[in-house]
Order: sequence, then C-alpha cells, then structure tokens
Amino acid sequence: MYTFSYQKPSSVADAVAVLTGDDDAKAVAGGMTLIPTLKQRLAQPSALVDLGSVPGLTGIRRDGDALVIGAMTTHATVAADATVRSALPALAALAGGIGDPAVRHRGTCGGSVANADPAADYPAAVVGLGATVITDRREIAGDDFFTGLFETALEPGELITALRFPLPKRAGYAKFRNPASRYAVVGVMVAETAAGIRVAVTGAGPSVFRVAAMEQALNASFTAAALEGISVDAGDLNTDLHASAEYRAHLVTVMARRAVEAAR
Amino acid sequence: MSKTTGIGASVKRVEDYRFLTGRGRYTDDMNRPGQCHAYIVRSPHAHARILSIDTSATVAAPGVLTVLTGADMVADNIGSLPCGWLIHSRDGTPMKEPKHLPIAADKVRHVGDQVAVVIAETLQQAKDAAELLEIEYEELPAVVAPGSVETAGTAVHDEAPDNVCYDWVWGGKDKTDAAFAQAAHVTTLDLVNTRLVPNAMEPRAAVGEYDPGMDEYTLTTTSQNPQLIRLLLCGFTMGLPEHKVRVVAPDVGGGFGSKIYHYAEEVIVVYAARRLKRPVKWTAERSESFLSDAHGRDHLTHVELAMDASGIFLGMRVNTTANMGAYLSTFSSCIPTILYATLLSGQYKTPAIHAEVKAVFTNTVPVDAYRGAGRPEACYLIERIVDVAAREMGIDRAELRRRNFITPEMMPYDTPVGLQYDSGNFARNLEDALALIDYDGFPARRAESAARGKRRGIGFASYIEACGIAPSNVAGALGARAGLYDSAEVRFHPTGSVSVMVGVHSHGQGHETTFAQIVSERLGVPMDKIEIVHGDSAKTPFGMGTYGSRSLAVGGMAMMKAIDKVIAKSKKIAAHLLEASAEDIEQDGGVFRVAGTDKSVDIAAIAGAAYVPHNYPLDELEPGLDEQAFYDPKNFTFPNGTQICEVEVDPDTGVVKIVRFAAVDDFGRVINPMIVEGQVHGGLVQGIGQALLEHAIYDEDSGQLLTGSFMDYAMPRADDVPDFEVKTNEVLCTTNALGVKGCGEAGTIGGAACVMNAVCDALDIGHMDMPASPERVWRVIRDSRFGMAAE
Repeated sequence: MYTFSYQKPSSVADAVAVLTGDDDAKAVAGGMTLIPTLKQRLAQPSALVDLGSVPGLTGIRRDGDALVIGAMTTHATVAADATVRSALPALAALAGGIGDPAVRHRGTCGGSVANADPAADYPAAVVGLGATVITDRREIAGDDFFTGLFETALEPGELITALRFPLPKRAGYAKFRNPASRYAVVGVMVAETAAGIRVAVTGAGPSVFRVAAMEQALNASFTAAALEGISVDAGDLNTDLHASAEYRAHLVTVMARRAVEAAR
Repeated sequence: MSKTTGIGASVKRVEDYRFLTGRGRYTDDMNRPGQCHAYIVRSPHAHARILSIDTSATVAAPGVLTVLTGADMVADNIGSLPCGWLIHSRDGTPMKEPKHLPIAADKVRHVGDQVAVVIAETLQQAKDAAELLEIEYEELPAVVAPGSVETAGTAVHDEAPDNVCYDWVWGGKDKTDAAFAQAAHVTTLDLVNTRLVPNAMEPRAAVGEYDPGMDEYTLTTTSQNPQLIRLLLCGFTMGLPEHKVRVVAPDVGGGFGSKIYHYAEEVIVVYAARRLKRPVKWTAERSESFLSDAHGRDHLTHVELAMDASGIFLGMRVNTTANMGAYLSTFSSCIPTILYATLLSGQYKTPAIHAEVKAVFTNTVPVDAYRGAGRPEACYLIERIVDVAAREMGIDRAELRRRNFITPEMMPYDTPVGLQYDSGNFARNLEDALALIDYDGFPARRAESAARGKRRGIGFASYIEACGIAPSNVAGALGARAGLYDSAEVRFHPTGSVSVMVGVHSHGQGHETTFAQIVSERLGVPMDKIEIVHGDSAKTPFGMGTYGSRSLAVGGMAMMKAIDKVIAKSKKIAAHLLEASAEDIEQDGGVFRVAGTDKSVDIAAIAGAAYVPHNYPLDELEPGLDEQAFYDPKNFTFPNGTQICEVEVDPDTGVVKIVRFAAVDDFGRVINPMIVEGQVHGGLVQGIGQALLEHAIYDEDSGQLLTGSFMDYAMPRADDVPDFEVKTNEVLCTTNALGVKGCGEAGTIGGAACVMNAVCDALDIGHMDMPASPERVWRVIRDSRFGMAAE
C-alpha cells in the first residue's frame, strides 16, 4: 500500500469534518473491500478515517414496526442477532451468507451499502425490503440510494449511520454465489410489505434493480408458480467468467422462485 | 487391537505441535541482520520486446540499494534456468531448449515474466521506487491457444519458429494400427485437461546470503528439494562450487509440485546478496504466485479406443498437445511424455498403445508437474473413454472394467508402454469400492433424487500411477539429466537417541512422524528419542527430494539400508559385549540376543559402547554408530485403486453436488493409516477442484491471466466436498523391502476422472469438458431439453 495518514475520530461529526475537509480521505468501516484495494496499490487515499471508535454506530434495535441497525454492525452480528432472526429472518440469512466467517466478523452493513458493489448482498436487502438509509444529515429512501456501479446518492463526506428496515409481512432471500469469491452472481430479495410486493435483484446488473413484472405477479399470487415464464432481459445484465448474461437472466427467475419459497 | 506405535500405527504427527501453535519456521519467518528486500518488476505484457529500461529515477529513490536487470545478469555470466530432462522428437532431433534467464534480457514472454529487480532497505521503498522505473516495450502478438501455435504467426522463441518444443512418439504404431483394423467398435473422444494453478498455502519465498569473509552462500527457499536446488544453482545458474553453497528449505507450507523447480527468484536473491554483500529477501504475494509459480496440466487430447464385440480392449491411440508455457521449467519436458504416455495402459490389458505428444511454447506461465504430474492426465483420458465406450457398447461400466483388468496372476505385467507392474489386485479394489458405495442401491438413490427434481449420477475411476521415481538408469535412458536415488544417514548419539538425516523433504507429508515410526520399530528406539532431519544441504546427505510419491519408496528405503548397516554393526558390537559370535546374535527391535540364551544387550548400551569404546573390538571395528546409505530403486512402484463418486445435479442451476465418495487404494504397506487417509482426502479434494471449480483461463488475444486471484480462481473449500469413505488394500510392493508404493498423489490421479464420469452419467451424455461449473452444466441440460446435441 501507499502511505496514508490514519485518523481515528471519536464522533460522527469529527469523522465528517475530516472527510469533508479532505477530498482524498477515505472512511474505513470493516475494510473488507478497501484494505485489499490498498494492498494492491489500486487506491491512494491521503487519510483513512477509521469509524471503529465512533460511538453509537453499532447495535440493533426494534423501533416500532422497523429494525434499526447501526452502520458499523457486522454481518456476523446481524446474522446471529435474536431480534433479527425472529423479526426479519431473511435479513439474518442474507447477512449469514456473505463471504466467509472472517469477512462476516469484520464487514459491516453500512460499509457494504456505501461501497455499492454490484455483487454485494446488502443492496438487495435495502431495496427489496424498502429500507431507509440514515446518514449524518438526512434519510435516503432505499429506492433512491443506489445510483449505479459503485455509485450512491451519498454526498462527499456524508456518512451512513444506520439502516432502517420496515418489517415486512414476510420476506425471503435466495443467492447464487460465485464459487470463487462467494459474492452474489445473482441474489434476489422478495418481500411482502405494507406497500405491496418488492423484488430486488443484486449481482445480475450494474446495480441492484427491482423487477416490476415479478412484483405484479406476486401481488396477485405469492407463490413460486406465479413467477413461471417471467424473466428479466439478459441484454441489461452482466457477463463475466462465471456467468453469462443469459445464465444470469435464467438464475434471476430461479432465485426469485426460491426466495418466495423461503419467505417467512 | 490396533498398534499404537511403529509401522502400521496411526501415530499423531510430531510436527503438528509447532504448526498448530504457530511455531513453524517458514522462509518468510527468517530475518537476517542487515537484510534488505527485493521487489520484482514483472511484465504486464504476454509478449513484448524490451526496448529500454531507465533506472535513473528508481536508483535515486529513498532507500534503494540497487536495480538489477537482465543485462546485469548477462554481464555477470549468470546462466539459464536449466531443464532436467531431454526429450527427443520422433525425427531424432533434441527438443528445442531456449534460454531462460532469471531476468528477461531481450523479450518478455509471459505476463509476470521478470523484467527488473528493485532492492531497497524496506519492501515499501522497493515498491515505491519500482513505480518510477521507465520500461519501454514493443508489444508483440501473443501465442496463447496451445492448439494453434504453428499458425500463430509469431514465435515465442526464435529457436522454435513453429513454437513446437518437441514432437514425440511412444508405444507401437504398427501393432496399434493392426489392432484397430480388427476392431468391432472404436470409441473416439476429444478432451481438454484444464490448466491449473497449484496454489500452495505458503507463497514462495527466498532469502539469499553471502559471507564475503568465507566466500560462502546460503539460500533459504521454499523448496521440495533443497539439494537439487543447490545442484542447479551451482552447476547451471550461478556457477559456484557446491561446498561454498548451503541451501535450506525449512518448514514449507505445501508444494504439490510447484516447489520442485529452480526458480528465477532463487538466483536473484543469491546474485543480489553477492553484489550487495547483504542478505536479500523476497516473498511472493499471492498475485505473484498466480503469475510465477509453474502451472499444471493443460493438455488437448484426441483418443481412440478399439474393442472387440464383447468390449475387450484391443488398442488405444492417443494424440496430445501439451502446453509448456513460455519456458521449459525444471521437469516440464518429462511430464507429458515419460510420466504420461507410460501410464496409458492404466489397469487394463490393452495389448497395443500408441501415443503422439507435441509440446508447444505459448506466452503463458511455464507448466510443470502438479500433484500427479502426467498421471492424472493419463488416468483422465483412459477412465473417460472407458465410460464413453461402455455407454456406446451398452455394457455396465463396472463390468467393462472387470473384463479388461490385468489380473494378479498376470503380475509382473509388462505393459505395451514400457512399464512393468509388480503387483496389484485391481478387481478386488473395484469390488470393495462398489460395496463401500453400495452400488446395488444406486438405482433406488437415483429414483429418490429424481423425485426431488435432481439428477443423480455415479462414476468410477480405476487408476494406477508410477511412483517411487525412479530407477536412475531407466530415467537416464529416457532422458533424465540427474540420478533419482535418495539417501539417509542414521546417527546414534552416545546416550542412545537417534538423528536421521534424509535427502527427501517434508512439506506436509509428515515424514518426521512416519520415518521415525520405521526407525522406532526397526531399532527399538522410542519415538521421542528420534529426530528426522531434512531440508538443509549442510546437514543431510545428497538426495533428490520429495515429489512423485517417492519419499518412502526411495528415501525410506535408503533409510532402511542405513538401518541395516547399523544393525549389522550392532550385532558385531553385541557379539563382543556378550562374548559370542556375530552369527549367533539375533536382533529384535532394540534387543540383541545370543540365540537360544537369555544373554542380551540393548541398542542404547551398544551405542554407548560404540562411543565410549573401552570394552570394544577396536582392532576389528571403528568406534561410533553412524551409518549412511544411498538407494536407487529397482523399479517404479504402482499405487492403484478405484474411486467411486456420486453426484447430484440441480437442473435449475447446473450446480453439481458430490453426495457420496468412496476410495479403495492399494498403497502397499501402510506406515501410518491416519496420515495416509489425510493424503487421500487432500488428493481427492484437488481432483474434485479440477473437475468442478478450478480453471486457469487466459485471454486468447492479450495473454492476460483472467483468473489471477481467488476472486476468480475457485479453490475447493470444505463445504464443496463430501465425507470420504476410504479403505486400503495392502498388496505389498515386490520391488522394495518396505513393500511400500506411495500415497501422496493417488487421490488426485483418479479424482477428476471419477467426478466427471459421475457428472456425465447424471447428465446422460458422453462427454463434457472440465470444469463442470454451473453454467456449463446448465447449458448441457438446457440444450438437451431443447433436443439439441448434448455434447
């Protein structure tokens, strides 16, 4: 890695101040993407702003009909948390299927969402469950948050502090994982929410997206069979060594069916 | 009741204490006073001429001690990295053997080729300075696909304008042609044996030291064979006398073949240490390992099998193109020839076999031995075409194998491809494996899977391999440029403990345990009084190291010979102490007794007398109890067995899951069943890895390695593999006194074939190439659903 200065702020305001004052500073949460990038000299930040000591960024709490999860909460914590497992088991399952145990014990939900990797799992949760991204200065609807490949609605220096997940009537997540990296080749979150059915797909395209035709079909009948014959257009999907766009399109339907079957 | 010590006991590995407590000593753990760090600048291009290298900014950067290029090495007469095996083409000409300088001097020939070395006080400084290096390249078209090198329009090496290294033939052409003329049925198959990256857990590393006062060198390196590295370093690359060079391979974290070879970095650190008169260290990063460790496999093969009407094999033809990569690595040339075509008989009495092997240069990382080395490639094509033949002939696959097996009565059996199998009961291994997997219950299990919407398949691999490499005169006649004996020294200490210095090397095999078990049993010394010393040219006698499952069959036999010398001398000492004649002394472990009496003396007392020779036949015997032996094997050994695998395929996704796996192996005498079982498990996992997951893929235009990290190169993980049911059938090897055959590679020899046979069975197709990754399997299923060809 290249040399950088290391900052360890003790409040969100201090962290934001450093990040706002230095365009080349980078916030580091779990570091599961950033640290390997630094080791390969693919990034050269002036400073790393470590959020690990900022109080109030971890933890899971029930807030009425929603779960609020601190941005620095690790995937392992979410996966094992009794409240998440009973109130939103699809999210516990999603978090428990990220990477491997080492990644799950370092990686955080806020970091994953801010990084907006097209093959990450959390974007499917945020969009599929209609979550709200809470930052140091505002609240952003999940549907508006992911704007493209590794791009989000966050402003420079803006920090995610928590995610708020409204509790669905039921939800399920099914993931086809990359055999090498264990990222999502295709991951589908299906949820029956107060505002209707949501189907969100990660891994398949440049960014997480919803599938309106599936949502309509499931609104009519929340069964796997209802998805028969509904597929997404391969023309919009990714192709790489592990999966062509055509295969991904096929997997979106298969995973959506499995997510419906897994929904609780 | 099973034994708790000695030969045949599952003694817990004595080396594991230091490994499991983090106290292993690996090359990268070595830090010498005054040590500096080498960072190797590697080619970003697959094929390019180096027009200029401007080092001025780099040498001026903070902490930089020197920058070395190929021109420096040429000026200092550093030699080419040698190839240890000479193969001749069918027209009698020797293989094309282009130079392989440790740092490229004129052209770079693969992505990752060494271009320059920056040495600085810290690794960070070396990396920073390396970015200031200005290298001007003239990019050239890359030769990537091994199947079309002759028409690539460019040459990797001027010495081989058509990119062919050799064009070799083996076996009997006329006899094979005649067999095909008699055939009732001929099965043909084209297959790819995929390129793999070995990926040992410990990346390669090297520390070079030079003592100007003594004019002595020390190289600490991640090697499977430190003595061989010293030989090559002294005789070929550095041109030094061996007595001035010590090569140490301390704890090594896995090799799988990739740490056999003499690598450029070993030369670089020794050369740089001499120039700087300071220790120089280099440790590969994982990305460098992908681009600089020798890769494995990479064959394109057409095979034909001729049979009579009842499925008896009459003859086989094999035509293989083997990718050598950009340079000839240390053993590369013998892998697709001597270790491949000689195994094409498999376990079958096929009377006529003919093989043609063309080795080609490409702008890719050099290819050399990887666990199994040629033998998995042979097994894969044999066991695949036997399955295809059974399918075409409508004969049960187990039955077709039975009909063609070489039987125990036929041993020793001379194959038509140059080997003499000494022993084995192939049919029994198959029957035992069928029982372990419950073959008769398979139709019911298949129906149960089908009821859940899954497709179940079963596959066999009946493998044989040639291990214990190798009788030196045979190897020499076949082109080896070195002997392949091994050595051991058994040294009793005055108070009765024993140090055994061996020429083989342990990098995961557990020699410190198994070799000690043999010593303990033969000499009656408790395990905790025995140490096995390996991996240091200054401590051990000259041996050729560990690969090809040779350690026990060759190195262990050298140790047996040294033990025999100790016993012979001990009998004479005992005779003196017991006032008897040496012929009357009987030895049982550590006890030496006058036959028919209760007069005895133990080995510790004998050692004491030998080192404090106050009551000792000094006129007849030298003091001391320290014997050395070299052993050259009489023949290869032939581990063999049958593996059976059951897979379940998810037709919706193409995911293949291995649900059952049984392996029955004949390794000859088993010294430590627990360690053997571990070797089988590990080998099988690597075979499964090739069948389902691993695949080194190059971009065919640019020559970039597309699977250059664990993000894209899929290694098998624990949850990718099933529980293994394993069993050993001991048929003692008849050509060595231990009766051992070797177990290090067996799992890998048959593993990939076994899994692919099961996959093809599940899909009801003749063949698909590896890896059976989800999308490829899904396409096969989809195409068959639409009624298209299922190939």
